[in-house]
Amino acid sequence: MLTWLSLLFLALFSAAAFMAGRGRALKASGGSAARLHSLPNYYGSYAALWAGAPAALLLLLGMMFGGRVEDALLQRERPAAIAGMTVDRQDVFFSDVQAVASGQAASEVTYDGDERLAFDAKVAESRRISGIVRYSLLAAAGLVALGGLLLALPRIGTEFRARNRVEGWIAGVLIACSVAAVLTTLGIVLSLVWESWRFFQSVPVLDFLLGTEWSPQIAMRADQVAGAGAFGAVPLFVGTFLIMFIAMLVAAPVGLYSAIYLSEYANRGLRSTIKPLLEILAGVPTVVYGFFAALTVGPLFRAGFNAIGAQLVGGPLDGIGQYLMQVQNQMALVAGVVMGIMLIPFVSSLSDDIINAVPQSLRDGSYAMGATKSETIKRVVLPAALPGSWPPCCWPCRAPSARP
Amino acid sequence: MTLFPFASPFRSGHAMSTQHRDDAIAHTAASVSAAPGAVEANAFKIRARDVNVFYGDKQALFDVNLDVPGKSVTAFIGPSGCGKSTFLRCINRMNDTIPSAKVTGAIEIDGNDVNAKSVDPVVLRSRVGMVFQKPNPFPKTIFENVAYGPRIHGLATGKAELEAIVESSLKKAGLWNEVSDRLHQPGTGLSGGQQQRLVIARAIAVSPEVILMDEPCSALDPIATARIEELIDELRSQFCIVIVTHSMAQAARVSQKTAFFHMGKLVESGATEDMFTNPRDSRTQDYITGRFG
Ligand SMILES: Nc1ncnc2c1ncn2[C@@H]1O[C@H](COP(=O)(O)OP(=O)(O)OP(=O)(O)O)[C@@H](O)[C@H]1O
Ligand SMILES: [Mg+2]
Repeated sequence: MLTWLSLLFLALFSAAAFMAGRGRALKASGGSAARLHSLPNYYGSYAALWAGAPAALLLLLGMMFGGRVEDALLQRERPAAIAGMTVDRQDVFFSDVQAVASGQAASEVTYDGDERLAFDAKVAESRRISGIVRYSLLAAAGLVALGGLLLALPRIGTEFRARNRVEGWIAGVLIACSVAAVLTTLGIVLSLVWESWRFFQSVPVLDFLLGTEWSPQIAMRADQVAGAGAFGAVPLFVGTFLIMFIAMLVAAPVGLYSAIYLSEYANRGLRSTIKPLLEILAGVPTVVYGFFAALTVGPLFRAGFNAIGAQLVGGPLDGIGQYLMQVQNQMALVAGVVMGIMLIPFVSSLSDDIINAVPQSLRDGSYAMGATKSETIKRVVLPAALPGSWPPCCWPCRAPSARP
Repeated sequence: MTLFPFASPFRSGHAMSTQHRDDAIAHTAASVSAAPGAVEANAFKIRARDVNVFYGDKQALFDVNLDVPGKSVTAFIGPSGCGKSTFLRCINRMNDTIPSAKVTGAIEIDGNDVNAKSVDPVVLRSRVGMVFQKPNPFPKTIFENVAYGPRIHGLATGKAELEAIVESSLKKAGLWNEVSDRLHQPGTGLSGGQQQRLVIARAIAVSPEVILMDEPCSALDPIATARIEELIDELRSQFCIVIVTHSMAQAARVSQKTAFFHMGKLVESGATEDMFTNPRDSRTQDYITGRFG
């Protein structure tokens, strides 16, 4: 709350800095914007950025890491009364302290005697620390904001290249955003690598890659009862690839053809209604598709196959009939088909973009040669677009979560 | 004059060999000579009568009446936006691809209305080739670019015949010597002037009767332009050529007949020499002497 207020305050301060920077530039040029190197607003923005951005960054960092700092300060010294507890219990103790200090619900553990005294002392300390951390953060932010403004204002004069400086700031913000995205990805990859490394410490790599049995119920703690566990990943890979393959069989042609229809055949009105509808399909949560597969498509397919099987049993195709009679709801076909439906909008809108990127002059050239629409699409548009329109077919790899 | 070279033998589909077409043309000629009154009309390949074109509510052409002679070059000149391209695109019905475009009036090729219900625009366009302002080779090899038309219309029965068509088309377009050793490299890898000759080769590979060229040299340098002009002059003996150009000098060099368009109207048309030496309309005079446009 306090932090949000201070951010609001900072925004106001920054706005004031904008006016000050702009005013100073206009004053330096005697009121005529033409004599300035940059437009007056650039000078304002320059001052506002220096006054606002570093302090805002500091406040945001404080919001993210302030709690950690408070924890570290609070736990720096552990009272003698809790020295006898296990480490787990000590953690509970400290989290209770913080909960009580900030007025939230604590755990049901009760502390008596010495523990009670230590607890109350720590609660008081926690409140104190929290106050110090917060107010020093606010003070620091205030100083940084003021410092930024004092740094920026004197620089402003008719010759100052505020426009280029602001450009630099914008580049900086853009870089910061992309770095954040890259760092997130890197973090995910690293944590995966780390966990896999730990996994392969206890399971041999070859067992994992070549084993054909997957039953990961093992004892996580010493007091649990469980099987020895088997970690053969082959069934997982086979299942995933099978479903992917089926999904591709559904999504690739339907998506590509609907994109062709939309971009080459449909008139503008139809296109502007169908395209959003297709895109809505992309917005349906995967869970919904899971239910759709489990409750609708699965039973439907099973009933269909069982009925066909019942016709065949006893006839020349008895084997196939027997097999079809045993088909279950959870068959890969259902998962694959539903996942394929899920991917149609992705394949379609991507193909649509690619097809639209083919220049009209190529189509005109083909029509002028006396080619029909479909000949033009098959022989000119798709070959021109195709190097790019294969990736949509690989998309199923990206959504293996839809397996019901 | 009822036999329409596009209509009966070709409309049904792909099997139109050069052989058939020659028969059809011969037949037309025969019926013409039987009707003496029609001889005069037949000297003109294309006849436009009261052509109006609208793009939505906006009218782009007003009552255009024009006769285009066969086996010669006709130039369309006029300031930008006056409707030259629009008229050109009426002749092979490329305006059909623009949903808002509406064409009224009659355009006849060899006496048959191209807008008649019985005419399939796809077949019409195989008879009336078109070359665009910007070279637009397909992203295929040089060979495949030229073979495109013969392939979709089934003009060649075997590989050898197809190769012969490609070679003769490239020779006619004056490109053979430059590309004979790289037929299977992408057509988009050629220079602008070569690309423009490639699309001309592509257009003549289906042996059309008419070739429409919309500012074919405006993206080219003077040397490439001179090559194309030479080429147009050579092709004149076999095709009816209509060329849109912004260059008075080019119109004077390559064409035998010139038509001057202004604000959607055909102001004046006639033999090129007459037009340039003594134009009848003051607007024509102003335009060709460079006073506006
Ligand atoms: N697809 C279209 N939709 C709407 N209006 C069009 C379209 N194409 C052309 N027009 C209009 O029709 C008129 C004639 O255009 P056209 O392209 O025939 O001119 P032009 O004589 O070829 O000009 P330029 O020499 O610049 O190529 C112009 O006013 C143009 O704005
Ligand atoms: Mg034009």
